[in-house]
Amino acid sequence: MKLELRGVTKRFGDFTANDQIDLTVEPGEIHALLGENGAGKSTLMNIIYGLYSPNEGQILLDGEPVEFHGPGDAVAAGIGMVHQHFMLIPVFSVTESVMLGYEPTKAAGLVDFAEARRRVEEISARFGFDVDPEAMIEDLPVGAQQRVEIIKALSRDARVLILDEPTAVLTPQETDELISIMRQLKASGTSILFITHKLREVRAIADTISVIRRGKVVGETTPESTETELASLMVGREVSLTTQKEPASPGETALSVSGLTVVSPNGKALLDDVSLEIARGEILCIAGVDGNGQTELTEAILGIREAAAGTITLDGTDLGPKNVKQRLNSGIGFVPEDRSTDGVIAGFSITENFVLDQYDQPPYSNGVVMRQEVMRARAEEQTARFDVRLGTVDDAISTLSGGNQQKVVLARELSRDNRLLVASQPTRGVDVGSIEFIHRTLIEERERGTPCLIVSTELDEVLNLADRVAVMYRGRIIGTVPGDTDRDVLGLMMAGVPAEEARVQAAAHHTVLGEADVEAEEQA
Amino acid sequence: MSDQKKTPRNNDDAAEPGGALKQAESRLQYALRDLAQSSWMITVLSIVVALVVGALLILATNPQVQATLGYFFARPADFFATSFEVIRDAYSALFRGAVYDWQAATPQRAIRPITETLVNAVPLILAGLGIAIGFRSGMLNIGGQGQIILGATCAAFIGYAFALPLGLHLLLALMGGVLGGAIWGGIAGVLKAKTGANEVIVTIMLNNIALYFLAWLLRQQWFVQTGSNQPIATPVEDSARLFGLLGTGFRLHAGIFIAIAATVFVWWLLERSTLGFEMRAIGENPEAARTAGVNVPKATALVLIIGGALCGLGGAAHLLGTEYRLAAGIAGTLGFDAITVALLGRSRPLGTFLAGLLFGGLRAGGVLMQAQTGTPIDIVLVLQSVIVLLIAAPPLVRAIFFLPSTERKKKPRRRQKPVQEAVR
Repeated sequence: MKLELRGVTKRFGDFTANDQIDLTVEPGEIHALLGENGAGKSTLMNIIYGLYSPNEGQILLDGEPVEFHGPGDAVAAGIGMVHQHFMLIPVFSVTESVMLGYEPTKAAGLVDFAEARRRVEEISARFGFDVDPEAMIEDLPVGAQQRVEIIKALSRDARVLILDEPTAVLTPQETDELISIMRQLKASGTSILFITHKLREVRAIADTISVIRRGKVVGETTPESTETELASLMVGREVSLTTQKEPASPGETALSVSGLTVVSPNGKALLDDVSLEIARGEILCIAGVDGNGQTELTEAILGIREAAAGTITLDGTDLGPKNVKQRLNSGIGFVPEDRSTDGVIAGFSITENFVLDQYDQPPYSNGVVMRQEVMRARAEEQTARFDVRLGTVDDAISTLSGGNQQKVVLARELSRDNRLLVASQPTRGVDVGSIEFIHRTLIEERERGTPCLIVSTELDEVLNLADRVAVMYRGRIIGTVPGDTDRDVLGLMMAGVPAEEARVQAAAHHTVLGEADVEAEEQA
Repeated sequence: MSDQKKTPRNNDDAAEPGGALKQAESRLQYALRDLAQSSWMITVLSIVVALVVGALLILATNPQVQATLGYFFARPADFFATSFEVIRDAYSALFRGAVYDWQAATPQRAIRPITETLVNAVPLILAGLGIAIGFRSGMLNIGGQGQIILGATCAAFIGYAFALPLGLHLLLALMGGVLGGAIWGGIAGVLKAKTGANEVIVTIMLNNIALYFLAWLLRQQWFVQTGSNQPIATPVEDSARLFGLLGTGFRLHAGIFIAIAATVFVWWLLERSTLGFEMRAIGENPEAARTAGVNVPKATALVLIIGGALCGLGGAAHLLGTEYRLAAGIAGTLGFDAITVALLGRSRPLGTFLAGLLFGGLRAGGVLMQAQTGTPIDIVLVLQSVIVLLIAAPPLVRAIFFLPSTERKKKPRRRQKPVQEAVR
């Protein structure tokens, strides 16, 4: 089915989220919509899916104008959507999830489970999905959950499929499977609109790429464009994507974690006997799919989470008996994974957020009274250094974009003498143009001799920053490898394959993204 | 998403040819939005709406107005004239009773209303500040009533059971009030900090415990020291009373200075001290506060201890400055009115001070209004309630006055904390 948008405009108050968007997705085309966070991608998707109604413009399906008053209308018209955060109920089986809301019925209005199951099997067979219709959602890996979402859309005869950031939670190998599914769907005539901010994927997958910036489509291009060209289009100026760094010159060991175990309240091991060491002047990246114990590791180092066993030693001192405040004051810089819940206080001013974890330390306070002038001056100085776009430092931090908020957090944690830096997802939600700056700042921190522990689920980031990479899988470190390890190897390790075997397997089978890496290297 | 449709001024979508006109309109819109965003505007408008609602109720219950309705279609002017007079009389009596009585016989009588307003306001401001500290720190302290009772009880006992020198006696009695409130608030605070017990439930229950504890105490001869069976205690000694400021005929006492000092102190505590920073941090985002090294349980306990201390001080000031004798009904509805005062004051120290004055004035004026015009004093309660209702629902006020919405963009992801939204 052909999907066309003509002059679609959506305003919220005096903020224009989508401005005169024209977009055409041909039948059997994989069309990528590339843009940064906040560029207006999600708003556009919600318009197509009937969640928002546009202020102006129209949507056409196969040349016929349509008007949606809710997702129901969109689904009936043949539009399917796979959200970034899956809309699945953990305790439902695959069949139940697929039929939810569109239950086939037999006589007397009884739900026809056999029919529903038959449909799931039929679609799975048609596209070679490996999904057990009776499996519970909560038992399925993320990649399989995503396939359930796709089956759900297809079972409602979707002929236009919208995928919202589908690869955010996948390993390169899972992404590979997704790509092959997308290609099969394409072959069967389904149009796919694929939303992402990842440049490499777009080039590997899409037939046509539309770049959206500040609510406007700023260009339509083909995968032949280079990543730098795409990034420049996305950001609106020249950007550099890789950060040059000298090889590390590690000093003596600063942080040493040994046998660290963290247990959840219901007795499940969240961290299982984790040991690692970081030397001064070295960046150790923790790679892994979200939710494999990375959060717990950083929280245990900061002391927010209690360790059931194991020791954490920093510069020869045992951190065990110290509370969070003592650990912070002893020189741990901490960039939390989830900025909005743990990193900033939305209603506080930029200045107050800037001193958030040093508010009772000199020079900001004498322990009882806070020194407003010192706080303000330092906040102004450091936010300027980090190029935070702000009105005044007295404004609430919620007036800043996510990327600028993140810069305030980084400015806070990097503007003092750290003996250890722990940063989780340091560039999450940050615009492409600022990522390079943040990466450079982190490397500068390393040059100053600070040991850095950086957790990232983005392999691009890991490959850019790491001197060594520790891959976590189900609460354990599956292996620690050098920073220049092949993406495919890391991907397999993220799925639980030990390093040695991963190397063998990766050599035998390159993924689409891995090949894109090699290609990019050859170009450079 | 319907907010755009409901606000007629927000129609910049329509393409208008008059560019200059449109520009001026958008500037007006900007100014209006700025105003609407200020919560003070909402507060003022809420009071206006409450006065209108009160006026309608006065009309509905007034016999003269009802009489004119009987022949409304013959002479509608009668109805309107009578209505106007009734409302004018009622509200002017309210004002004269609360601020300045220009109809009074003597100059003293004329200025007495404003002093009465201040007298009423003292405990409301002090307890309101105690509640406001809780609101700012994300805690709903509904226990003002119990904390006031404990504060008044401790202050009273110290006030009559001991003979102490002037000055010292008063100071000790006030400190006793602070301590009593702090302990009562602290029970809820420590329980919440140690076990996570919900402070709303605990403080409500502590209100009842305080009430019956006082009732029991008033039956104990060692406590009341009156020698009678009446459940009322001995009056406090003169040396423990908050001294009057204006001589006979006036009830205004030194408690007003305590209220002013407490307002400044709370401002300093919240805006300038590290402890206040911690308290506000746990109120806005406890996870971030914990990550930043704040000892959340300790700060939680301190919030309710300090809040309780202020409520206890309010109870002590009420007893030592106005009531002198401890009785079962000592707290009246002070504890609950304090919650409304804190809400109306948006949990800001100055706002709470002003809201306390307003409510004190409504109480003082309501008496004169009832005496002179026969308007039931319950109207005052209606005014208070409508004000709070509207303050808790800013979009409603904006809709009534056709003010543009403050929300720039609906963010479905935004996690709202409805209670705290209302508090702010």
